[in-house]
Amino acid sequence: MNASTIDFPVQMNRNESNAPGQNMQKPNSPEPEAHAIAPATAFQIGKLSVSFGAHTVLKDVSLDIKARSVTAIIGPSGCGKSTFLRSLNRMHELVPDARMTGTIRLFGENIYGPEIDPVVVRRRVGMVFQKSNPFPTMSISENVTVGLRLNGIRNKGILQERLEKSLKMAALWDEVKDRLNAASTSLSGGQQQRLCIARALAVEPEVILMDEPASALDPLATTKIEELILDLKKDFTIVIVTHNMQQAARISDQTAFFYLGELVEYAATRKIFTNPSVKQTEDYVTGRFG
Amino acid sequence: MESASHHSYRKGKNVLMQLVTLACALLTIIPLFLIFFHLLRSGFGSLNLAFFTHLPRPVGEPGGGMANAIVGTLVLLGLATVLGVPFGVFGGVYLAEYASRRVAWIIRFTADILNGVPSIIWGMAVYALVVLRMKGFSVLAGGIVLGMMMIPMVLRTTEEVLLLVPSGYREAALALGISRWRTVCSIIVRTALKAIVTGLLLSLARVAGETAPLLFTAFGNSVWSHHLSDPIAALPLQIFTFAIAPYDDWHRQAWAGALVLLLMITLINIVVRLLTRDRFAK
Ligand SMILES: Nc1ncnc2c1ncn2[C@@H]1O[C@H](COP(=O)(O)OP(=O)(O)O)[C@@H](O)[C@H]1O
Ligand SMILES: [Mg+2]
Repeated sequence: MNASTIDFPVQMNRNESNAPGQNMQKPNSPEPEAHAIAPATAFQIGKLSVSFGAHTVLKDVSLDIKARSVTAIIGPSGCGKSTFLRSLNRMHELVPDARMTGTIRLFGENIYGPEIDPVVVRRRVGMVFQKSNPFPTMSISENVTVGLRLNGIRNKGILQERLEKSLKMAALWDEVKDRLNAASTSLSGGQQQRLCIARALAVEPEVILMDEPASALDPLATTKIEELILDLKKDFTIVIVTHNMQQAARISDQTAFFYLGELVEYAATRKIFTNPSVKQTEDYVTGRFG
Repeated sequence: MESASHHSYRKGKNVLMQLVTLACALLTIIPLFLIFFHLLRSGFGSLNLAFFTHLPRPVGEPGGGMANAIVGTLVLLGLATVLGVPFGVFGGVYLAEYASRRVAWIIRFTADILNGVPSIIWGMAVYALVVLRMKGFSVLAGGIVLGMMMIPMVLRTTEEVLLLVPSGYREAALALGISRWRTVCSIIVRTALKAIVTGLLLSLARVAGETAPLLFTAFGNSVWSHHLSDPIAALPLQIFTFAIAPYDDWHRQAWAGALVLLLMITLINIVVRLLTRDRFAK
């Protein structure tokens, strides 16, 4: 397989693929900060504010997100968790009157730079939604490879290889390998969500954002997703919004607690759940409000 | 606790309501059966091979058929499709996916008015715009008037079914780093494709029976048309001409023509049903 024969940022070696700004590096103007960032930091978020029209939803949020770890975002409904997540792959821009200020760097590169195409950002930063949404007109295999095919990859060998690899990474291969051409809607809810994860993995992103990926699933399916997340963090940076405190405690390495659009506390998950510094955080994680 | 008599009163009202609505529902489908029955009785006898293969004969000569009118209707519908489908579908995509709220409102409002414009006015407009300019009735003018009538219908149904596609699919596609136009073509339109085709066919069925606008444009004739600038026959026109003439033989042929036209429209509707059987949004 030769990456130069296809017009898509194929990453051969995952261990090297998280190098700073690999996919978006401009030929002659590398960001000066790029050299100063340790590769262990995926996102550097500085003074991020987002508003929809006159409504300010996020205020001055600053935090760094570690690469190849799971970062959980918690907080009561409406505090801006989804908005925060969607600003990380510029999905919030789909809302016509959304406005963002501040900076977000991904492996040192400003993803809001004037010459950066949001489409390219989204290939590097994949997303899994609360409601599983496999494309209903497509089979299981077509769903997995759609991101590659619609970006011009025709080579059957590459598609087949990515199909199998992504389904295996999403722990779905054994369940569907005999019916890859079946309708995606024939799968159970949990399987559909893992299919969506496989679909996101197939384009080989560096980061995967998950917005309450298990909140519509039964406990067994939830457990599978959680195991999967722990497995994926070896290769990917994962940011997950969850309503479920136990889930955040079980799977995340760092936890950020948001309240009314502000970042109240951000620390190692163990600290947030056992010894938070802020009273509000303690009240929330112990279930006193939210 | 409510009394037993009150309970049975309410139950009675419920039954009455059911009967009334059932009667109304039945009344709406009875005309179709009456029409079919009548057309079969009056027209079936005149349906033979000659009806589909021969040109109409002059008054007094027995036999003849409506071959040119049948072909004419198909040609006119083909032209209307060529014109109506791209404008209607692309316009609908624009409306659903790209237009700002204000622009969408203006287009939607205009299309709704156009959908309510009586067909005879469409005929007069195309007469003024095309027939007078081309100095004659023509296939082209007939196709244009039917196509123009299709555009706002197709535009609105396309828009409506695209808006029915759950936004989750749009978001999922964009989040995969698929570009906007590819998302629109390959995900959203594809998801709604059957419903879009259904809208097309229904609008085609609607214009297939139009008579008034064709009187001003295609005009009709009783020979084969060879050029886009010739007048052309169409089933509704031929039915009209034959039905108002004082000859029994022509009346029988008019009935047969009406039967064929109704069967064509029924066929389109059956195709629609087959297409929508397994639709994405159940
Ligand atoms: N598309 C939008 N347009 C306007 N306001 C929005 C939009 N999406 C979210 N909001 C507002 O932003 C706030 C935060 O929403 P969200 O980020 O979805 O919160 P959370 O995910 O924490 O429940 C809410 O008050 C919500 O009403
Ligand atoms: Mg949310």
